[in-house]
Amino acid sequence: MTRSGTGSGTGSDTHSGSPLRLTEREQQMLDGRDGEAVALCMRLVTGVARASGAPRLLEVASAHVDGCLYHGRAGLDFAERLVETGGRVSVRTTLNVGSLDLLHPWLVRDQEIAASGRRLMQAYVELGCEPTWSCAPYQSGHRPALGSHVAWAESNAIAFVNSVLGARTDRYGDFLDIAAAVTGRAPDAGLHRDEARRAVLVLDLSGVSRALLEEDVAWPLVGAVLGARAGTRVAALTGLPGDLADGGRTEDRLKALGATAASSGGVALFHVVGVTPEAPTLATVAAPGAPTLSVGTADLRAARDELSTASGDRLDAVSLGTPHFSLTELAALADLLRGGAPFADGVDVWVSTSRRVLDEARALGYVDPLLAAGGRVLTDTCTYVTPVLRPGTGVVMTNSGKWAWYAPGNLGVDTVLGSLAECVASARAGRVVRDERLWG
Amino acid sequence: MNASGAELTGESLHPGTARGPLLVLTEPVSFWGGVNADGVVVDRHHPQRGTSVAGRVVVMRDGRGSSSASAVLAEQIRSGHAPAALLVGERDAVLLLGALVAAELYGVRMPVVWLDGFALDRLCSDDEVEVRAGDPPGPATVRPCVAAR
Repeated sequence: MTRSGTGSGTGSDTHSGSPLRLTEREQQMLDGRDGEAVALCMRLVTGVARASGAPRLLEVASAHVDGCLYHGRAGLDFAERLVETGGRVSVRTTLNVGSLDLLHPWLVRDQEIAASGRRLMQAYVELGCEPTWSCAPYQSGHRPALGSHVAWAESNAIAFVNSVLGARTDRYGDFLDIAAAVTGRAPDAGLHRDEARRAVLVLDLSGVSRALLEEDVAWPLVGAVLGARAGTRVAALTGLPGDLADGGRTEDRLKALGATAASSGGVALFHVVGVTPEAPTLATVAAPGAPTLSVGTADLRAARDELSTASGDRLDAVSLGTPHFSLTELAALADLLRGGAPFADGVDVWVSTSRRVLDEARALGYVDPLLAAGGRVLTDTCTYVTPVLRPGTGVVMTNSGKWAWYAPGNLGVDTVLGSLAECVASARAGRVVRDERLWG
Repeated sequence: MNASGAELTGESLHPGTARGPLLVLTEPVSFWGGVNADGVVVDRHHPQRGTSVAGRVVVMRDGRGSSSASAVLAEQIRSGHAPAALLVGERDAVLLLGALVAAELYGVRMPVVWLDGFALDRLCSDDEVEVRAGDPPGPATVRPCVAAR
């Protein structure tokens, strides 16, 4: 973290850019003119900029911070250090989920996580962040403009803001997210740059059953295959239907796709040719010589089986809303539930969403059918990051590829991936029910 | 292949010195969700599930997954369950930040070194190595400390 390297004698000519140059204003921040919190944040931003070979810093229009989820004392020490030294965000900053539901705090059972998690969430609010507590801020009123530079954290939010909105963020994580929000700066590197946004791989999905692609369950599975094939690379997908002006359906599908691809791989940007804003045609977005891989129905079925670790039809819980359900997803759930049977005894049904979406959904009557059936709503957090599920829960069904990817490791449960309709049918039956006709 | 006799040179992303047995990750792993607070790989999709990264010089060709990995790594460094050093093939900011913040808050410097593919190919698990990384973007060396097994 010294200010400059000697530059020569690295034994390697692989450093990708010219030395980092700061503006006079940025140098002042680094030198402590704006206080210790700004200086600390600037040390982090420049430390990453230097490692990534960025020639300069960019001004960012907004930030989305993931550091408010409790992972242990280090994260809390860091946030409280910023508060104590006078830190304050300089751009619009939303907050990702925290470790507890502040509206329903009794739902989180672990007292240490509850107490420390609350302190951490409070510290980020004191830094001037908006208490959105959502992993889908893009569906709670925070939608950066096409082409704008932002500093977003949380892998699904990164994939969405880059791919679906066409704003530009690199893969920020805890610490750099708030450092960028405080300084208003981010390294000019990675996915901020035109050349890094081109697809180096093409996945051709024209061989996937069209009927299957009409089902919501197909989309996280496309994401799982994308993550496995692409890793951290940028890919273009061809042969997928969609229209981002269709009232939310395509947007929710791409949200599920991106969240799963960011989990099974490290996908931070994907293009859907003819659908996402940077990919009107394949030629616009593909790098020269990008290879094409074909993906078929069998690949999606294999992904479904990998994300379903349970065997048999035992079912203890259903988890929906990872990432947080949108208003259109809550509307679809309400449609499935109205006038139907309640959920079976012994099956806990959880739906995670943001406060803002919950308020809107409640006003539109989308929440009552869920509560009437015996389901529960969780805001501010998520069922796979914090102890919410009842002890002894063994098998959980979900419509989320991301939840299915992480829950076995995080929670020690087995998973079944299914469509929203299959999740509802299973919750009513008290056992796993699947519609195998989709896969024939 | 092994690193016996050959000193490898890379680029320092974060300074420090460390010594320990190599652990070459055969597939990417996310430190969030994939590695627990004690440093054990718990990702059930990972072939090295059950292996501990604590005290090892961990070799990661690619990064993977969650942006929360920075905080998990910083906490592992604080609590003494972190790798001794990281040797990476990508200039991934996520793990670097965990190292930067741990140095700021606790004064513990876990070196992070970028190596090219040729150098990464020379590393094999369990060989004892010493890592020395100067101020970035200066050079870093990875040197075998004992004869290969």
